[in-house]
Amino acid sequence: MNSDLKNKGMSLIVKTITRLTVGLILLYGIYIVLHGHISPGGGFAGGVIIALAFIHLMLAFGKDEVLKILPVTFVSLLESLGAVLFLSIAILGFLGGYFFMDWFAKGKPFKLFSAGSIIFSNIGIGLKVSLGLFGIFLVLILLKFKAKK
Amino acid sequence: MFELNILLIFMIIGALIAIEVKDLLSAVVAVGASGLALCIVFLILKAPDLAITQIVVEILCLIILIRATIKKDLPFSTSGRWFFNTLATLVFLAIFAYLGYVALKELPSFGNPIMKVSQFYLNEALKETKATNIVSAIILNFRAYDTLGEATVLFTAVMGVMALMRWKGRKDIAEKDNE
Repeated sequence: MNSDLKNKGMSLIVKTITRLTVGLILLYGIYIVLHGHISPGGGFAGGVIIALAFIHLMLAFGKDEVLKILPVTFVSLLESLGAVLFLSIAILGFLGGYFFMDWFAKGKPFKLFSAGSIIFSNIGIGLKVSLGLFGIFLVLILLKFKAKK
Repeated sequence: MFELNILLIFMIIGALIAIEVKDLLSAVVAVGASGLALCIVFLILKAPDLAITQIVVEILCLIILIRATIKKDLPFSTSGRWFFNTLATLVFLAIFAYLGYVALKELPSFGNPIMKVSQFYLNEALKETKATNIVSAIILNFRAYDTLGEATVLFTAVMGVMALMRWKGRKDIAEKDNE
């Protein structure tokens, strides 16, 4: 890491705290998405928390650090993949009978792998919402940077 | 009900401050205070799903609005037709209040919903889907078609923003000045 990259973003205190907390925020978002059928939350809320973790990283370290992990084309691709995943769960219902039929094995309540297709729908919506909202933020920042230059 | 009324009055005051204050950053902060009060209202009404979504989306919107409005001061547009503007506002307020009175008279009273479809969901959700979060069971199993439409709306919005705010193929500001 050269000195030019170190000077970008906020101060050293903010960077250290961000390094400690951003993993926990990301993990909490993934927890909310995966446990959407057991506890309050779900795909939308968990997805926004994941997007906030990346935005947190971006505000502290500057945009170049985040663009190294997640380029815009990759964000756009994964967001579309989430939408396709949710739609394909809907179309898979035709195997059991009709649109959106939940023919997956149900399991027992309060277990992580239960409740049929709800967990897969939550994962699809979480992927879509998180990368969609992060993509909007990224595009706005890049446009502002381009206009300033 | 008492704490609910206090929170509602607080939210109305926050919205009024957000409209009336001159500084854009202060207006954004007032909107944020009003949204956080709405989150506490959802918690009092025992809807933790909505409270989580409300607080998280509120913070995301605050970050985007602060990034967008900081160091910018948009001028207020005031036209000279104050008499027509005031008259139009009063007429619209009267029509709105009358229609609201007519429509809200037919609704069931607060806290006493008509349990026709919702009673079926409450009885059958755990048996049918084995999901202990009934809200999740309703929006992703019984009413998944609605959620598909909502996901399509979000997907279209993201696609529109990405197409409008693209930077490939966009002319530079200096290039536009030369023409």
